[in-house]
Parts: sequence; structure tokens; C-alpha cells
Amino acid sequence: MSAEISFSDNIMTVFLSGDIDHHSVRYIRDEIDNTVNEKNPEKLILDFSKVDFMDSSGIGLVIGRFKCINEINGSLKIKNPPVHIKKVMKLAGIDKLAQFTSDNME
Amino acid sequence: MNLKILNELKLSFPSKSINEGFARSATASFIAQLDPPVDELSDIKTAVSEAVTNCIVHAYRNSYGIIYMHIKIFENNEIYIKIQDKGTGIEDIKKAREPLFTTLPSEERSGIGFSVMESFMDKLNVKSTIGKGTIIIMRKKITSRGE
Repeated sequence: MSAEISFSDNIMTVFLSGDIDHHSVRYIRDEIDNTVNEKNPEKLILDFSKVDFMDSSGIGLVIGRFKCINEINGSLKIKNPPVHIKKVMKLAGIDKLAQFTSDNME
Repeated sequence: MNLKILNELKLSFPSKSINEGFARSATASFIAQLDPPVDELSDIKTAVSEAVTNCIVHAYRNSYGIIYMHIKIFENNEIYIKIQDKGTGIEDIKKAREPLFTTLPSEERSGIGFSVMESFMDKLNVKSTIGKGTIIIMRKKITSRGE
């Protein structure tokens, strides 16, 4: 899994790709947190367009990042989650923590 | 129930996290012979990923051990997946299966692994003995496409 981080105004977007599982989350977690704490964005967007797979380890990643951005009073958006990944997120109640959006909507 | 087994697979590998993806791929490759709908294949891969991850994160927490996978395909398009370890075992299975319960919140474990397995598969059975290991058995009937 890889993550590309980009900024626009006060919005930080993390473009995730590949498989998000227990093996891969560890590498990405710190990178996102360090950047959030350094740049203090108002909004954190996790873009799942290029994510092929995610299990509940990814849910842990999302919830952890929600807590991280929430701590600095920012908000979390989940962008372009593939259907089968949205299914896992809904099971976990992520739709209660973050707004789901897609490129089609904006 | 005496359904015929059409095919089966036995696989074992060490509890290294890099093998999580391999376990998913191996399952998907084997199940492909049933030409499953994409969403059902996704569900099965995810359930396998949860079970294998549990072996790595919990069962063999402080060591490495072997994870055993056994997959059977029955003539009625039902698949049976057994994932077994010889690790620490689960103290309270009922508690472990509770949604959101985790013994490792500090490691960002969501506690929904069993919930995913239960929700994405038709049946889930969990047996465990402290100090001896855990056996997860999951079943799912694959929808056959066209006939």
C-alpha cells in the first residue's frame, strides 16, 4: 500500500492505493499523523479510489485518523470508496464519523 | 449431510503479516473455479483476511507459529474454510465475538474482525483451548452464475 499526501488551502488529501490490511497500515499511520500534526489541516480527506482491498485493520486506520483530526477540531471525509470497501466501513459505522463523498458528487 | 467434495486445498505458512495478502490471493485463486460473483469473492477474501490476521496479531502475538488453512468446495457450490493455529487460544469466545471488543485497543484494532466474518460468510464456528490454539470454520454458498 502507498499513500500520497497533497495539500490545497487547509485541506489535506491522502491518496491511498493498494491493499489496506494489518501488514500495510503500520507504514502509513505514522506518516499521516505526523503530517496532520505538522500542518494542522481543517479537513482530512482519505481518498480510496485506488484501494483494491481493505479489511478491519483499515477500519482501525480510519478510526485512528478520525481521532487524530478530531483532536485538532478538524473533520474527516472518505472519498471514492469502492463498493466492497464501503460495505466494511458501513459495518463498522464509519458513516457516523465521517462524510462519504465521491468525485461525481463534487 | 453427505455432500461430495469436489476439490480441496491445504496450505500452511508462518504467521508473518506479509502472508496476509498471500492467504487472500490463494483463497481467491482457488475459489475462482466456481466463477463466483465479484461481491461474494470480496466477502470471502475479507473474511479470510480477518481470520489470518487474528492468528498473527493475537494467537501468535509474541512468537511466530504456523497458520493452517483448509478449503473445501462441495458439489452444491458451498465452500468451507478452516483456519487453525496452535497459539495462545481465546479466553472468552463469546466476549471476543462481541462487536467492537478488542484486547488491543492501543494498536488501533477495531474489534470487528469476528463481526466481519459473521456478516460476510453464511456460518462461523469458533473453537479454542487456552495454550493449545484456535479453529475458525466458515462456510458460504456461492451463487452460481447462469446455468
